[in-house]
Amino acid sequence: MAGARASRRRTLVEKIAARASGSVDARAGDMVTAEVDLCFAHDSSGPRRWGPMLAELGRGLWDPSKVVIASDHYVPAVDAESAAILSLTRRFAAEHGVGHFYDMEGIGHMLLAERGLVRPGMLVAGGDSHTPMAGAFGAYAAGFGATDMAAIAATGRTWLQVPATIRVEWSGRLDDGVTAKDMMLFLCRTLGMDNAFRAVEFAGPTVEAMSMPERLVLTNMAAELGAETGIVAPDATTFAWLSQAGAPVAEKDAARAWASDPEADYEAVHRFDAGALEPMIALPHSPSNSVAVGHAEGQAIDQAYIGACVGAKLEDLRMAARVLSGQRVAAGVRLLVAPASSRVTQAAAEDGTLAILLAAGATLMPSGCGACAGMGAGLLAEGEVCLSTTNRNFRGRMGHAGAEVYLGSPYSVAAAAVSGRIVDPRTLLGQRRAAA
Amino acid sequence: MSGLSSPGSAFVFGDQIDTDLLAPGHRMKLDPDALASHCLEAVDPGFAGSVRPGDFVVAGLNFGLGSSREQAAVSLKRLGVKAVIARSFARIFWRNAINLGLPAITLAEANEIAAGDRLSLDLAGGRLTNATTGRTYGFAPFPEHLTAMMRDGGLIAHLKRVGAEAQPETGATA
Repeated sequence: MAGARASRRRTLVEKIAARASGSVDARAGDMVTAEVDLCFAHDSSGPRRWGPMLAELGRGLWDPSKVVIASDHYVPAVDAESAAILSLTRRFAAEHGVGHFYDMEGIGHMLLAERGLVRPGMLVAGGDSHTPMAGAFGAYAAGFGATDMAAIAATGRTWLQVPATIRVEWSGRLDDGVTAKDMMLFLCRTLGMDNAFRAVEFAGPTVEAMSMPERLVLTNMAAELGAETGIVAPDATTFAWLSQAGAPVAEKDAARAWASDPEADYEAVHRFDAGALEPMIALPHSPSNSVAVGHAEGQAIDQAYIGACVGAKLEDLRMAARVLSGQRVAAGVRLLVAPASSRVTQAAAEDGTLAILLAAGATLMPSGCGACAGMGAGLLAEGEVCLSTTNRNFRGRMGHAGAEVYLGSPYSVAAAAVSGRIVDPRTLLGQRRAAA
Repeated sequence: MSGLSSPGSAFVFGDQIDTDLLAPGHRMKLDPDALASHCLEAVDPGFAGSVRPGDFVVAGLNFGLGSSREQAAVSLKRLGVKAVIARSFARIFWRNAINLGLPAITLAEANEIAAGDRLSLDLAGGRLTNATTGRTYGFAPFPEHLTAMMRDGGLIAHLKRVGAEAQPETGATA
């Protein structure tokens, strides 16, 4: 039995679970106690919730150097309550010597990526459901609630049921104007959002050819599939990003071993043709209500929102700028842009992207979770319609329960901002190509 | 600790009840009791006002999907909900609920339960009875380390009892 297990072909997630739990082997379904390599939380889920629990346990942080805190939800403070939460977070970070504290520098998931904090093979525990985004670096990155996270912060350990892996292979080339976001909205409809206790591994030539920012969209929205983590095996693209982030991977061959064995024991393997994919729009009130853009065309909007960990990276802003260059936001529509981090804002200012967005009439917002989490500026009134680059559109999430939120790629959101209604962004990109 | 609980009423919801329905984002600065008063209001405005301690929330697939916000489970617990019975759960919500000592029970036949049915739970025995229909359902017992944790009143209480050196031990480490 043991021999059969040891010779079994293993998934990447099983390998990380085995390493983190000190087990010879760990297979899908096993219960293990695992050591966490990196522990992340934000101002909403972290110190304000951890503080009382750590006090009750009479414990501090197990290893402050492995703890990342990012104030990104209540930033900047809009009232005394949010100011108090941010103040408490700062005091906690100072008192506990938190190794990586980011105070209003951007959305935590983006900071983990841009500061090179996530390494292939890591087990990352985050106090936020979009923690799987870090899985783009070949890490097992899972979200947890505040009590689980407080226990992890105190002990460095947690229990896991090793997830079975669903492999999603993409081949073919995406059409210009079709993005990783469209792939994920398609998958939310196709695979559903009820994939708890499973990992989703993204692979195939389309994924291998993708930039890190686009891979981050895949793993981020593994959360919408209900997955414990999304994951992409590390490769030269991963290593190049980490080098640029100032955290080069020295042992690249060892890092490449963080990959599933050929013909590993997957729960399911799905294969899709990226070349056949159209821009996708999720209708209210679920990412799984996605349709090809043609079925949503003509829907008038009040607000276009470019924001969130998933949809406001530099590449996302550049996509929007390609559509908005020389254009104006339609009368009666407001375009809000909340870059994912202050470094993104700075880079967009330096390369001219920001000037294009502002010339088109965009309103620049602070870097943070903002309207996506229903906590920042940019919320919606009853009856208002928004097309958003964010990752979920649950009823009431972005303001009034009677507001309607549609989801799409940065191309689609920018195209709707210009047109005043949802349109196929490829028509505008085509006009721009013809004019160029 | 085994044996059936005193009966409570079923409040029935559909599939894909998300964390924004349970704990709306724009209400998250409120204190826990005030936040709980908005629990599920977008789908049942009367819920928070009419649910009583010992009552049950019954739902379909993927209950608790979305955010990691523990307030989704906290709100149900503050309202006195005895247990959530659903056809399936989102992972983070499921962990949050049992970490707080709120049983989250997966039951394929949850859709047979109607609003107002009188339910009794035997957690240790893996048994749910519906006095209104006369039916009894069995469900898979929780893993031992989680049963021990719930018996202690949740994860923090458990760690206080066993010492913070140990997480709930699964016995599967090398």
